[in-house]
Amino acid sequence: VISRRAPLAFWTGFGVVLALLILAPLVLPEFWRRFVTEILIWGLLAMSSDILIGYTGMISFGHSAFFGLGMYGAAAALLSTRPPSLWLAFVYGLAAAAAVAAFVAYFSTRLRDIYFSITTLIFSQIFYVIIFTWTEVTGGENGLSFRRPALAIPGLFSVPFDSNTLHWFVLAVVTASYLVLRRITHSPFGMVLQSIRENEPRTRAVGYAVERYKIVAVMLSGVFAGLAGVLYALQNRFAAPDYVFFVVSGEVVIFNVMGGIGTLVGPIVGAASFLLLREGFSRFFTEFYLIPVGVIFTAMVIFMPQGLLGFLRRRLNE
Amino acid sequence: VPILLDQILIQTINGIVTGMILALVASGLTLIFGIMDVVNFAHGELFMLGAYVGVTTMVATGNFWIALLVATVVIALLGAVIQITTLRPLLGRDPLTTILATFGLSLVLQNYALWQFGPVARKIQEPFTGHFSLFYLDYPWYRLVIAGLSAAIIGALWLFLKFGTYGIWIRATTQDRVMASAMGIPVPWVHTAVFAIGAGMAAASGVLFGPLVGVNHAMGLDWVLKAFIVVVVGGMGNLGGSIAAAIFVSLLEAYASLWVSPAQAVIVSFVVLILTLLFRPTGLFVPTPK
Repeated sequence: VISRRAPLAFWTGFGVVLALLILAPLVLPEFWRRFVTEILIWGLLAMSSDILIGYTGMISFGHSAFFGLGMYGAAAALLSTRPPSLWLAFVYGLAAAAAVAAFVAYFSTRLRDIYFSITTLIFSQIFYVIIFTWTEVTGGENGLSFRRPALAIPGLFSVPFDSNTLHWFVLAVVTASYLVLRRITHSPFGMVLQSIRENEPRTRAVGYAVERYKIVAVMLSGVFAGLAGVLYALQNRFAAPDYVFFVVSGEVVIFNVMGGIGTLVGPIVGAASFLLLREGFSRFFTEFYLIPVGVIFTAMVIFMPQGLLGFLRRRLNE
Repeated sequence: VPILLDQILIQTINGIVTGMILALVASGLTLIFGIMDVVNFAHGELFMLGAYVGVTTMVATGNFWIALLVATVVIALLGAVIQITTLRPLLGRDPLTTILATFGLSLVLQNYALWQFGPVARKIQEPFTGHFSLFYLDYPWYRLVIAGLSAAIIGALWLFLKFGTYGIWIRATTQDRVMASAMGIPVPWVHTAVFAIGAGMAAASGVLFGPLVGVNHAMGLDWVLKAFIVVVVGGMGNLGGSIAAAIFVSLLEAYASLWVSPAQAVIVSFVVLILTLLFRPTGLFVPTPK
């Protein structure tokens, strides 16, 4: 039984970090403002994948499919309605990601461990090939570009996004997602997922329909990945097949391992450190920054499997 | 457009040729998996680096066969080094950690190749350029030689596993790691040797395949994906199943490319994978589990 009152230290830390993130765009120069917003979006994607990697013990190498479909869903909404509606972008993006997630979940959860990883990888490639070759609908290699909608509630107000309001908007969505995901991992449902991670045969023996839980977990994870995709589309005003490609899925796994799996906030820290490392190494290694990053990642898998925030894991889940 | 019998026959031969190369890649992958429980994400990168070592040796010596041999040996040694430095410390940990570690390696190797050799594709000169006429085509002999050589290498591997002393060590380690160790078999070194053999086979297929397409730094992902499909369809860790699945999938793709572009023909193998997962998740080419 978990205690109903989360410890004061946790909420104090949460408040401090949130306050810093709210203030960030007011003090940072334009480049770093954008950088922090981007960290939040990639962090949300990584956090969604943590539901599978960290809490259910399934490594997905296919999160780019959900992320990419979120982007293309948002693009479809923004290109088909006039004036473009922000909320419709969310509806379309989440629906697209959820549909793909349902499809992937149904098939891939029939397999366990490594087989699950391989099938998710292959599924994401299926969607990549479809998006890449179906030029009439998806724009093929060039992708789709569109105008950013205004932040509006119909009948109440409508303001165009600038980089500050976009940052706060992204921050609000990511924070809300974090709180929802944290609540889910604390719920009885989340406990069953963690029990699948610890011992799947025993969970089944106790009487839980393991397959059904896994399907829901993959779908949940896919929907939040799609949400990250919608935010990324809003920030960059395009959807491109590169973001459905396997490289994105790989980066998501790196974020998780670097930051610490099974912590939800760890993946955000992982995303931040990956993007900072990329920024730093690009100065010396130009586009070959993945050589040192790959070495660091492999070394972390061997020597530091808990990741940067692993030491906080118990605290963060209290 | 009506599809003629001769086109189907040509595609059959094409399918078997790519199928044999794929079988060579996949059998290394499945060997490593069957014995070490390691999914080698860097397998495609070993294939690609093998092809590059082949290109470099070709430039230096001008002899294809020396290039094939050098690439196999160099990449086998690289495989041994990789196994000792990154996979041996992970022995006994969750097998999922090995997929992460080899994924990290694949990033390093792929970007190393891009850095060292640049983005422009290189070409390996085929060892001989003879053709024979097949209906309206001049079909290169070299393609048939690739299929034959791949079959020979796989056959040699099978004979080695079946009758060689060290092959018996490898099979013993597969069956029961602890017992093999108790019988005095140096299990860690068996693992190293198996990884080296798998890496060498990937490199050999890279060099053999090099003359058919260009060699570039990104070719690994395509092959490792196909090899993964084959290994799952054939039944994980099952050598015979992988070979059958490799030929089966390649034939289907070859026939499909009669109607659609090769980029879309890939979807056929994805469909085969989905159907396999749906109806026979243990693999198409293994006996039904009781």
